[in-house]
Amino acid sequence: MIELTEVTKLYPGGVAALGGVSLRIDRGELVAIVGPSGSGKSTMLNVLGTLDRPTSGTVRIDRYDVARLSDSGLSALRATRIGFVFQQFHLASGVRAVDNVADGLLYSGLRASQRRKRAAAALERVGLEHRMDHEPHELSGGERQRVAVARAVAGEPPLLLADEPTGALDTASGAGVMQLFRDLHADGTTVVIITHDRDIAASLPRQVQMRDGRIVAEVRS
Amino acid sequence: MSNEARLQPARLWPGDVLKVGAVGLRTRPTRAFLSALGIAIGIAAMVAVVGISSSSQAELDETLDALGTNLLTVSPGTRLTGEQAQLPLASESMVRRIAPVQALSAIGRVEDANVYRSDKIPAIQTNGIVPYAARTDLLTTIGGTVRNGKWLDAATGSYPATVLGSSAAERLGISRSGPDIQVLIGGEWFTVLGILEPAALAPELDSAALIGWPAADSTLGFDGHPTTIYTRSIDAQVESVRAVLGATANPEAPNEVEVSRPSDALAAKQAAGEAFTGLLLGLGAVALLVGGVGVANIMVISVLERRAEIGLRRSLGATRGQIRSQFLTESLLLSALGGIGGAVLGSGVTAAYAAYQDWLTVIPLWAVIGGIAATLVIGALAGLYPAIRASRLSPTEALATP
Repeated sequence: MIELTEVTKLYPGGVAALGGVSLRIDRGELVAIVGPSGSGKSTMLNVLGTLDRPTSGTVRIDRYDVARLSDSGLSALRATRIGFVFQQFHLASGVRAVDNVADGLLYSGLRASQRRKRAAAALERVGLEHRMDHEPHELSGGERQRVAVARAVAGEPPLLLADEPTGALDTASGAGVMQLFRDLHADGTTVVIITHDRDIAASLPRQVQMRDGRIVAEVRS
Repeated sequence: MSNEARLQPARLWPGDVLKVGAVGLRTRPTRAFLSALGIAIGIAAMVAVVGISSSSQAELDETLDALGTNLLTVSPGTRLTGEQAQLPLASESMVRRIAPVQALSAIGRVEDANVYRSDKIPAIQTNGIVPYAARTDLLTTIGGTVRNGKWLDAATGSYPATVLGSSAAERLGISRSGPDIQVLIGGEWFTVLGILEPAALAPELDSAALIGWPAADSTLGFDGHPTTIYTRSIDAQVESVRAVLGATANPEAPNEVEVSRPSDALAAKQAAGEAFTGLLLGLGAVALLVGGVGVANIMVISVLERRAEIGLRRSLGATRGQIRSQFLTESLLLSALGGIGGAVLGSGVTAAYAAYQDWLTVIPLWAVIGGIAATLVIGALAGLYPAIRASRLSPTEALATP
């Protein structure tokens, strides 16, 4: 699913956020990328999500060489293959949960009625069928993150990237969201979770540990 | 890659483009309203200026249609020595012999007589009202109408009776005619027989007290010389009549005769108004431009504030082009709202003003369509730079914004 070969990312000023990373994640894996802040894991997410291009090295997502795709090609790749979950949820305020999820499918080319149908199904999948018509401010933090997860998976992308998905949540809601990722993984989605929380990482079958822009250890449990 | 060619971003449905473009307007309605208002004021000003000037033109056209443009007047000019000339006593009958002249009438100023409401009024307060001897066919020739009472006829023209012009009546404080209402003209009491409506083609009658030719002669010592001769000619012949009118009215001294066409004077007044309209239109355009700058300003702020949204949309698969079109659509919607609102407002102002002036309401379609088209151009220009900025934003940078 994901293949990084000798990937480096230099920022202006000479900061090497990634210093030659090679990583292979197969279809259907559930992986944690874990490291303290400044370890380069956010850059890693951007590169995995094709939001940013590496300075050198090759990135292949679903067999596509990112370097050989144009901006619109990358947009299409994100629209069809990758779902994102962010720490801050990024839900549109004043918009019902079901519409927030449906808007996630806006760039998929589906018609509005189809989008709404799929959004309802996705909300059901994350256990929020009773919150469809609620606006973000009427939802708890955990519920908001579930809506964001529903938005990410509504288009049934093969790859789900989550950036500190439990960072803004209390332990109980965080555990609920983590269970959601395990369920999605069980249904066949490749899930990559980026976190600084070692306990969360430890609960996942594969952990990639990063420090100073390099992979320092890999643990499979 | 075998399937690389198939990696094409999906196009947005037109309805979705509009919906996404309206997101900013729906989430910040007050701001949208205020920036659209700037555009609306500019368009309203322009539509109202064009509308009011068109309505006034239409009113003039209608007046001229009703009154005709074939009225020519003859009046005495000045002698070479500078003193006031006189038309010969026979000038009326001479002008009547010009073949294309269909109707003719005349008034003659009664010298050394003033008009007073009563004998208690100091002599110096003449109110600028001038007594004229008038032929009984005057009213039909100039196309005037009586507001109140009656016009002079062969019988009343021989008696001390007068018909007052509209402003003369106003200045004397007389609002109706009647056998008991009398004014003092040249020391004689005259009964007010009628009051005229304002005469568009003969404004000199508005401040006149008109009395019958025979009565002026017998009671006021009128010398019988006409001071204005009004003629109606066959439309196609007006210019040729005009050419011979001076020499016909006063063959001995044709240079002492002034010939004019009152409808031309009205049209010239309108044309002078048009120049002013051009100036106001320019002011409206400046207002519109300022409105456009306001929209551009709001769009730049909107792009700055919505960086996280832009980043999210990019992560969801929006292309640069789709982000660009979202903000361009928003800017176009803003200015279109302003344009339509302004056109409605401007039309309303025109209608209200026209109703107040008792005119026909005429709002040229080209002004409304042109105004809305102009707002769209302004909206596109105002939105272009912010939209390009939004599309160039790197998704990671946009998402990093809290």
